[in-house]
Amino acid sequence: MSQNFRLNTGGLINRDKPIEFKFNGKKYIGYEGDTLASALLANGIHLIGRSFKYHRPRGFFGAGVDEPNAKMQVEINGCSEPNINATEIELVNGLSASSQNCWPSVNFDIGAINNFFNRFFPAGFYYKTFMWPKSFWYKVYEPFIRKAAGLGIASLEKDKERYEHKYEYCDLLVTGSGPAGLASAYAAAKNGAKVILAEDKPRYGGTLLTDDVTIDNLSGKDWSEKIISELIEMPNVIVKNRSQVFGYYDHNMMVMFERTGDHLEKKSKYTPRQRLWYIRAKEVLLSTGSIERPIVFGNNDTPGVFLSAAAKEYMKVYGVLIGKKPIIFTNNDSGYETAIEFKKNGVNPIVLDTREDQNSELINEAKDLNIKIKFSYAVIVAHGYKKVKSATIGKLNKEKIDFENTEQIDCDSICVSGFWTPTVHLASQSGNKLKFNDSIDAFVPDKSKQNEHSLGAANGTFTLQDTLKNSFNTGSEVSKNITKKDEKIQIPNTNERKYSAHDKFWCSPLPKGKHYKRFVDFQNDVAVSDIEVALREGYRSIEHVKRYTTLGMATDQGRTSNLNGLQLVANVEKKIVPQVGHTTFRPPFTPVTIGTIVGREIGKEYMPTRKTPMHHWHEKNNAVWVDAGAWKRPRYYKRGNENLFEASKREAKNVREHVGVCDVTTLGKIDIKGPDAAEFLNRVYTNAWLKLPVGKARYGVMLREDGIVMDDGTTTRISENHYHMTTTTAQAANVLSHLEYYLQIVWPELNVNVVSTTEQWAGAAIAGPKSRDLLAKLFSKIDVSNEALPFMGYVEGDLLGVKARIFRISFSGELAYEINVESDFGLFMWEKIIEIGEEFNIQPYGTEALSTLRIEMGHVAGPELDGRTIPYDVSLEGLVSKKKDFIGKRSLAKEAFNKADRQKIVGLVPLDRKSSIPEGSHLVENKNAKLPNPKLGHVSSSCWSVENNNPFSLAILKDGKNMIGKKLFAVSPLKNTSIEVEVMSSHYVDHEGKRVRS
Amino acid sequence: MLNIKCPYCGDRSQKEFAYGGDGTITRPKLNQEISDEEWDNFVYLRKSPRGKHIELWHHIAGCRQWFKVERDTTTHEIFRTFKPEEEF
Ligand SMILES: [Zn+2]
Repeated sequence: MSQNFRLNTGGLINRDKPIEFKFNGKKYIGYEGDTLASALLANGIHLIGRSFKYHRPRGFFGAGVDEPNAKMQVEINGCSEPNINATEIELVNGLSASSQNCWPSVNFDIGAINNFFNRFFPAGFYYKTFMWPKSFWYKVYEPFIRKAAGLGIASLEKDKERYEHKYEYCDLLVTGSGPAGLASAYAAAKNGAKVILAEDKPRYGGTLLTDDVTIDNLSGKDWSEKIISELIEMPNVIVKNRSQVFGYYDHNMMVMFERTGDHLEKKSKYTPRQRLWYIRAKEVLLSTGSIERPIVFGNNDTPGVFLSAAAKEYMKVYGVLIGKKPIIFTNNDSGYETAIEFKKNGVNPIVLDTREDQNSELINEAKDLNIKIKFSYAVIVAHGYKKVKSATIGKLNKEKIDFENTEQIDCDSICVSGFWTPTVHLASQSGNKLKFNDSIDAFVPDKSKQNEHSLGAANGTFTLQDTLKNSFNTGSEVSKNITKKDEKIQIPNTNERKYSAHDKFWCSPLPKGKHYKRFVDFQNDVAVSDIEVALREGYRSIEHVKRYTTLGMATDQGRTSNLNGLQLVANVEKKIVPQVGHTTFRPPFTPVTIGTIVGREIGKEYMPTRKTPMHHWHEKNNAVWVDAGAWKRPRYYKRGNENLFEASKREAKNVREHVGVCDVTTLGKIDIKGPDAAEFLNRVYTNAWLKLPVGKARYGVMLREDGIVMDDGTTTRISENHYHMTTTTAQAANVLSHLEYYLQIVWPELNVNVVSTTEQWAGAAIAGPKSRDLLAKLFSKIDVSNEALPFMGYVEGDLLGVKARIFRISFSGELAYEINVESDFGLFMWEKIIEIGEEFNIQPYGTEALSTLRIEMGHVAGPELDGRTIPYDVSLEGLVSKKKDFIGKRSLAKEAFNKADRQKIVGLVPLDRKSSIPEGSHLVENKNAKLPNPKLGHVSSSCWSVENNNPFSLAILKDGKNMIGKKLFAVSPLKNTSIEVEVMSSHYVDHEGKRVRS
Repeated sequence: MLNIKCPYCGDRSQKEFAYGGDGTITRPKLNQEISDEEWDNFVYLRKSPRGKHIELWHHIAGCRQWFKVERDTTTHEIFRTFKPEEEF
C-alpha cells in the first residue's frame, strides 16, 4: 500500500522529497511537509490507538491541536517520547512512531474486553470500584489502573537533548497568524511597535490556507504569504512559526515554546530541541482562532469519523483524502465547504444537514455541483469496529428529538461539523471572565483583566471582512498608544461566501431501545451516559461533574468536548449553558516537555558553582569536596587510602601539634564605611562597639528582632570610619540584606554604606603553635610578636610584594591568624604558605578538621545557631550588653527566655569513651522509658576529640547549667543507637583560652 | 511572574527581587520603654489583607535598594512603587 489516499496534485507538501518513516514497526513513505498524521492517512492508516478506559479502536479526528486521539510514542533522533500528537509532529526521515495504550497490538488489544463489560465502568468508576477493601489498593487496584490507564511510556534514559530558555520584551505579542493575527501584527508593525507574531504550525496563515476566500484579489494563502514576507523584513518584528504560546501569567508574562529541532533531519550540536520563551508584552492580541465542535452520535469514536474542517485541511494542505465515500454531517454551512472540496477532488460526498431545506451561497454552490444533500437528517450511529463501514441515518422529526424513518447507508468516513468554538483558553488564563454568546452557542472573552484583546474567531467573529477590519483597527489603536505613531492602513477588500444561520443541534437522539455509546470526550473516554450518571448521582457543579467523570481533564483540555459537555448538563438540568458555567482553563494550553521547562538548569548547571581562587590547588591535592551553599569547599585532603575519619583526625592533630592552613575565602565579607559606622555596628551587634580602636578586631553576635541569634563573626576596624565585617559562609547574603534593611528603612539617618566584598578577598587561616613562626617568615618586614600583634589584633603587611591584611583571630582555639589578599593573588598566597610552611610541618586542613577543632573548643557554629537559640542558650551572655539597646534586645527580656531551666549548651562524652554520638540524637534520662520519652535536649555537633582521643559532642540541653556531671542517654532511632553519656562543660580543650593569647 | 518597577532602576522581572513583608510597620525607637504586647505586635503580628497592601521589596539582584510597593494581593495589580522616603 503506498499513499493510495494521496491526491495526484495539490496540497502544500513537497512531492519531490519523499520521506521514509515507521509506524508500529512497518515502513511507510510520506512527503516533506507532512505531519505524521497526514502521512499515515495518505497511506490509508486510520486505526492508530486504543481509548483510555474502554480500549476502543480510535483514529484521527482533527488536524492540529484539536486532535484528541492521536497520541503516540515517537522515537526521533534516538530519543523516545510519549504522548506526541501525531497531527502536530512534522515528518522527518527516520521518525518511528508507535501506538500507545494497547497490548499486545493496536489490532488485537486485550483491554478491549473492557468495552464489552462497559456497564462496569460507569462514571466515577475509579472512585467506586477501587475503594474497598483497603488492602487491595497496592497489590491489585493500583497495578491494574497503571496498566490499563497507561498513556505512553516515559523514557528511563537521560535526555541528551539540549533545551534553552529565552527572555524577550515587546510592545505587542500576537498569538496566531491567521487573518486576525496577520492584520493586527501588520498594523502594529507599521506603527513602529516591537511585535512578536507566534504561529503554532509550521505554516503561517491559519484558516487562510484552507478557506476559499480572496483578499485584494489574492487567494488567502497568497495574501498571507505577502504579509508574512513583509513582516519578516521589518526590524521591529519577530515572526516565529512552530511556536505555541501556552501560558498567560501575571503582568502580561507570556510563555511560549518553540519547536526548534525535531523537524530537522540533521541539526547542529548547538541547535536546541525546543526553546522556552518568556515574553513580557505590553499588550497581547489573542488571535487563536476557533475549533470546530463535533456533533455527538452513536459510536462517534469509530476510526473514520473526522471534524469536517480537518478533512478539508487534509485535502488542501496535505493533498490527502481521509475517505473516498464520505458522509458530511453538519448543522451549519461549514460542512458544505468540505463537501465541495471533496467534489472538486473527484469524490462524491453525501451531506446530512440537520436544518430544514434552505438556500445560501454555499448550499446553492453545492447543489449546483450535484452534491447529494439530505436536509433534516442526522447520523444516528456509525457501524464498523476498526473503521467506519456504514452508518444508520435518520430523518429528524420536527422537534428533532426522534427520527421519522431510518436507513443504513455505506460510507468509509463521516465528517462532522457542529459549528465553531472560539479558542478562549489564553484569554481565560489571563483572568478574563468569559461570557456566553447565544448567537454562536459558545463562550467568548468578556472584560479584560490584563492588557489583552481577543480578535477574529477567537472573539466569536466568523466573517473575514469583520475580522480584518477589527484586527487592523485594533493593531493600529493599541500600537499607536505605545509608539505615538499613526500610519493609516487601507483595509483590503475581501470576497467570501455568506453563511446562513447554524442549527443548535449538537447530539443525535437515541432511537427507542438502542444504547449506542455516544462520546463527548474522546481522550478520556467520557460518554453521554457517564455524564447522565454523574448528574443522577447528585453532582451539580460543573467542576464536580468534570472531576467525577474526568470530562475535559485530558491533555487536550477538552478542546472538542467542553461545550457539548456543558450543553448536555444544561439539557438534563433544564438550564441554559451560561447557568451551568464553564470550568477554568489553566496553563499549559498544549502539553510541554519537562525538558523545555527545565532548560539548561540541569545537573551541575542547576545552580552556579562558586570556587575559591585556590580551587585548583585543592583539586590537585586530592581534596574531597563538600557543598557549602553554592561554594565547593575541601572537606578533607585524602592521602593514600585514608577515609574521612582518618584524614580529618590527621589534619586536626597537625593543627594542634604543628600548623595547618585552611581556605576561608568563603566566609562572607562586608565592607562598612561612613562616619556612623561605629554607631551602626553598636546597634547591629549585641556587644559594645563604640570604643573599638583602629587596628583591632572584635567578635560579635547579631540577633533577629525576635531575639534569636542570626549570625556571628569578627569585625575589624581598618581605619577611623572603615570596618571589615565577616559573616558565616551560610548567612553572608542574609546578613547583607539585613544591614541594608536597617540602613535604608529603619535608620536612614545613619551615614553608612555597606557592600559585599566576599569575592574581592581570598582568605587563608593558619592555625597551630607554629603559626607565628610561619607568619614571621611570610612577612619578614613586620613585627608579628605577641606584643606587636596581640590576640584580636590587625595589621597590614606585604607578602612578597602583595598587599595583605593580617587578622589575629582564631576559630580553632589555637594560636592562629587569617590572611586576606586580593582574590587574584589568592593562589599565590596559598602556595607561599604551603612552601614556606613546609619546615613547620604544615598541612592543609578541610572543613571536617575545622569542625573538630571548633567543637572540642566549644565554639558555636551553624548547628548551635540553628534559628532556635538565643545568646544565653549558647554561652554568649558575656557578649550581651546590659547598657545599650540593639536589634532584638527587647525580646531577650521575654519570660520564656529567662526561665531557670532554659536550654543551655553543654559538652558530652560517652561513658565508654569509644562510641561516637550521632548528631541529632535526643537526650533522655531513661532510655527504656515509655514513649513518648521526654526529650531533654539534642546533640548538635559531634567530633572525635584529637586532644583527648575520644568522642566529644556539643548538645543543647534543658536546664544545662545544672546538669553538669549527670549521666543521660543519647538516643538515635534513625541510627538505632543509644549511648550513655556524661554531661560536662562545652569547653573540652583549653578552658581558659590561653592558647589563642599565647 | 510579576513585573516590578524599581524606583531606582525601572521595570524589572520579579526574579530580581526579594519580598520583604508588610511595609507599614515602624520599628520602635531604640531605648524606648515598651510593653510586651506592643513589642509582640511589632515582631510577630502582621495583617494578611485581601486587596491593597503596602509592602517592602528588595532589589536584591539589582541596585540592592529596599523600596515599597502598593499591590493588590488577589489580582497582583501594582498601583505604585516608591522610595521609602516618598511616604504617601
Ligand atoms: Zn533597583
